[in-house]
Amino acid sequence: MASTIMNPVTNTDSDRRRMRRKKKSMIKENQINPSHAVWKSETRQQIYSSKLVQALSQLSLDSPPPSSSAPRGGRAVREAADKALAVAAKGRTRWSRAILTSRLKLKFRKRKRQRGPAAAVAAVTGSIRSKKPRFSVLKLKARSLPTVQRKVKVLGRLVPGCRKEPLPIILEEATDYIAALEMQVRAMSALAELLSGSGSASSSSAPPPPSQ
Amino acid sequence: MSSRRSRQSSAGVSRISDDQIIDLVSKLRQLLPEIRDRRSDKVSASKVLQETCNYIRSLHREVDDLSERLSQLLATIDADSAEAAIIRSLIM
Repeated sequence: MASTIMNPVTNTDSDRRRMRRKKKSMIKENQINPSHAVWKSETRQQIYSSKLVQALSQLSLDSPPPSSSAPRGGRAVREAADKALAVAAKGRTRWSRAILTSRLKLKFRKRKRQRGPAAAVAAVTGSIRSKKPRFSVLKLKARSLPTVQRKVKVLGRLVPGCRKEPLPIILEEATDYIAALEMQVRAMSALAELLSGSGSASSSSAPPPPSQ
Repeated sequence: MSSRRSRQSSAGVSRISDDQIIDLVSKLRQLLPEIRDRRSDKVSASKVLQETCNYIRSLHREVDDLSERLSQLLATIDADSAEAAIIRSLIM
């Protein structure tokens, strides 16, 4: 009897300790690692690579039915890669949310079959929309110069989802976006190397038996 | 403090300090490969912005080229589904 009473207490204690350790490790990763170091980590790249491969395999499966966007074209691959990148960003940044919502609008208008990703994105964006815009009008000595203003606007157009944002938000988004793009280039080039290497090998040698 | 207050009142409603902007610009400067190699003291904000725009454009172009290459590779590999399954198992 005493043992059964003691066991639930120890279970909750160990659970609480495990949860605290998980929370501490998560908080440490977010605070100590700046955003661009997070994008350089190997795990992020692996997560992105797996998501990219899944998206690309879906893309090749969907290509037979005729759709308005060119299937199997470079444009479709680019969109799938951007979508996978936005999902890998976990929706914490504006550009990732903008990519996901823009894709979603196209999907809702053209195809109404897939509702799984829509529900997931809606859950993500709904939880994050509570973040209020902190910055309003701002001015610096150099900020009011027309050349700087023009460049800021150009930069805002380049980073998705940042057309009407003030300067500090654009800068913040740009730092994360550049790190994410670098990771995207690394992952895609690695994938291309892998595919090209295996493609040349399969053409030279006989295909192996499927069952093992 | 009084100078900041007077600057704020003259510039209108501005809740952002210049230090924050400088901090963000320096963070951005660290990422750009062009500016990292040169001396960082003499780089102006407009130069940083220009380099950022150029760098993002070049990254976009690289991603476009890679996606073109990947689409071509996928077209050739899709014919052999066993290879694609092996590749997928290797990556994931």
